[in-house]
Amino acid sequence: MGKMQSAIAVRQLTKKYDEGATGTLALRGVDLDVHPGELLLLMGPSGSGKTTLLSIMGCILTATSGSVRVAGREVVGLSEKQLPALRLENIGFVFQGFNLFPTLSAGENVELMLDLKGISKARAKKRAQELLDQVGLGEKYDSFPADLSGGQKQRVAIARALAGDPGIILADEPTAALDSHTGRTVMEMMSELAHKRGRAVVIVTHDSRVLSYGDRIITIEDGAISDKNEADVIPPSLLSHQLVHAVPGLA
Amino acid sequence: MPPLARRNLFHDKVRLTVTLTGIVFSVVLIVVQLGLFLGFTTATSNLIDHSNADLWVTSKNVPYVEQGVPFSERKLNQVRAVPGVGDAQKLISRWTQWKRHDGGQDSVQIVGINVDDPMERPWNVVEGNVAALKFPDAVILDELYKQKLGVTSVGEVFEIGGHRARVVGFTRGIRSFTTSPYVFTTFKNAQDFANIPEDQTMFILVKLAPGANLEQVRHELLEHVKDVEVRTTSEFSRMTTFYWMFTTGAGVAVLIAAVLGLVVGFVVVAQTIYATTVDHIREFGTLKAMGAPNSYVYKVIMNQAAISAVIGYTLGMIVSVFVVHGSQKGGAAILMPPSMAAGMFFLTLLMCVGAALVSINKVTRIDPAMVFKG
Repeated sequence: MGKMQSAIAVRQLTKKYDEGATGTLALRGVDLDVHPGELLLLMGPSGSGKTTLLSIMGCILTATSGSVRVAGREVVGLSEKQLPALRLENIGFVFQGFNLFPTLSAGENVELMLDLKGISKARAKKRAQELLDQVGLGEKYDSFPADLSGGQKQRVAIARALAGDPGIILADEPTAALDSHTGRTVMEMMSELAHKRGRAVVIVTHDSRVLSYGDRIITIEDGAISDKNEADVIPPSLLSHQLVHAVPGLA
Repeated sequence: MPPLARRNLFHDKVRLTVTLTGIVFSVVLIVVQLGLFLGFTTATSNLIDHSNADLWVTSKNVPYVEQGVPFSERKLNQVRAVPGVGDAQKLISRWTQWKRHDGGQDSVQIVGINVDDPMERPWNVVEGNVAALKFPDAVILDELYKQKLGVTSVGEVFEIGGHRARVVGFTRGIRSFTTSPYVFTTFKNAQDFANIPEDQTMFILVKLAPGANLEQVRHELLEHVKDVEVRTTSEFSRMTTFYWMFTTGAGVAVLIAAVLGLVVGFVVVAQTIYATTVDHIREFGTLKAMGAPNSYVYKVIMNQAAISAVIGYTLGMIVSVFVVHGSQKGGAAILMPPSMAAGMFFLTLLMCVGAALVSINKVTRIDPAMVFKG
């Protein structure tokens, strides 16, 4: 079987924040591949650098040195004007605090993403309805975030992240603000996105309840991946997933 | 685009009220001050602009119409003899005293005209008629000044400069910039009322013959009539307006107040739009993280500013129309021609959009990575 094309490929990544007299080294020589159809969990203590890594993989933060390829394109060195287009095209975000627009309805929150992609209002409305249906909130199109539960808000956020049809979903503590039942629902949704719809899903989490959903778990400590071997491994579940899709008869 | 700008704007009603109050205040203040400026400007040169003359012949060094100096009436014939002059008439415009029935006195500006000539006739006559000025001692004044001069109706008799005067009509809207109302009468009466010798006039108004060249006639007049100055009507109008509006400082004060209105409006709108932007800063960060270019975020803020401008302008103009209407019966007219109303719209839009630039500067510096912080 040939080498898989990574959705995200990180090589010798370092990030230094210019704080204090000497600066702070947040990431030091990180190597990591994230593959399509994989759900990767990034774990580690607070301040270990996992959110910095997620931000750089999400083209929100620029690296100090190293290489980051997103959907096959080198990100390091791109200007701040080029990065938004890359994010819009390839990455969907899910945030811990949902980050929905409180003055827009659930449907309009999803429409906003489609508007950014240049989709006409009528098509965006139809597509937003489909996406809300997919996350089980079809009847909540006109509801405002203030009228939704935490789990419903996160599902709207997932629908919004999917609206741009990105190959990569990056989530920052998506279950932190949710109870265990709602957290499970959200993780099942994330798992489905990876395993059934072929997205590369990266989740930063402290929540031990979600461990069973990860194909791989990467732990970051002091700006480096603590177990180097883990970072390069293609998980067996993913290999079998790829195999099933490669050999039609098996499916 | 989903209605993010409108929703953000209307979400906080208190802040919206403050924003709109600032814009309305600014619009009304600017309209009133510019309207006053226009009203004053019009009032200062009313007599000249309505003279229907092409040229004004004055004594040397007369900077504005109220500062006329008497000169010999014989110059009228010299003026009429100049080629290109179609018509020439004498005119008196001079301050004198009006004595009310209660014995009190007020300053008035007597305007002495040739009633049979189309030049410098009282306009907007709403009671009586100009021909009635031919009656002995007859005068016409504006109804705005009835109370000031103690006049109640046509036919009443007063004393001007120690001579008998009878009111034969009223005009409407002929304001004087000074506190002295215009009182129209015949040239002969004016000489008596203003105590000007019989062989003297203060101005000679010239109407060109058809096809005559203005500058050429002016040149000829200066050559053939000694010790006078010859001004075109527009030139003399500008000189008079300039004197009252800028040499006295009255117009400058009004213009400064108008600029202050603009500044106050700008600051209030900038402050409130900025506060709204800061309130929604995390949302703008999310937008940028989602991949929105800066231009998309600017559009949201600009839309907010534009919506504020349209609503604020509409409300401001409603208030302004009432203020302008109310001023028509007062001593100082506030004028608002359609061009000014239209101009105000663009000024309001410019003010709001300019104010929004302060917020745009803030949004430009948002780090989208903020979305991952807490």
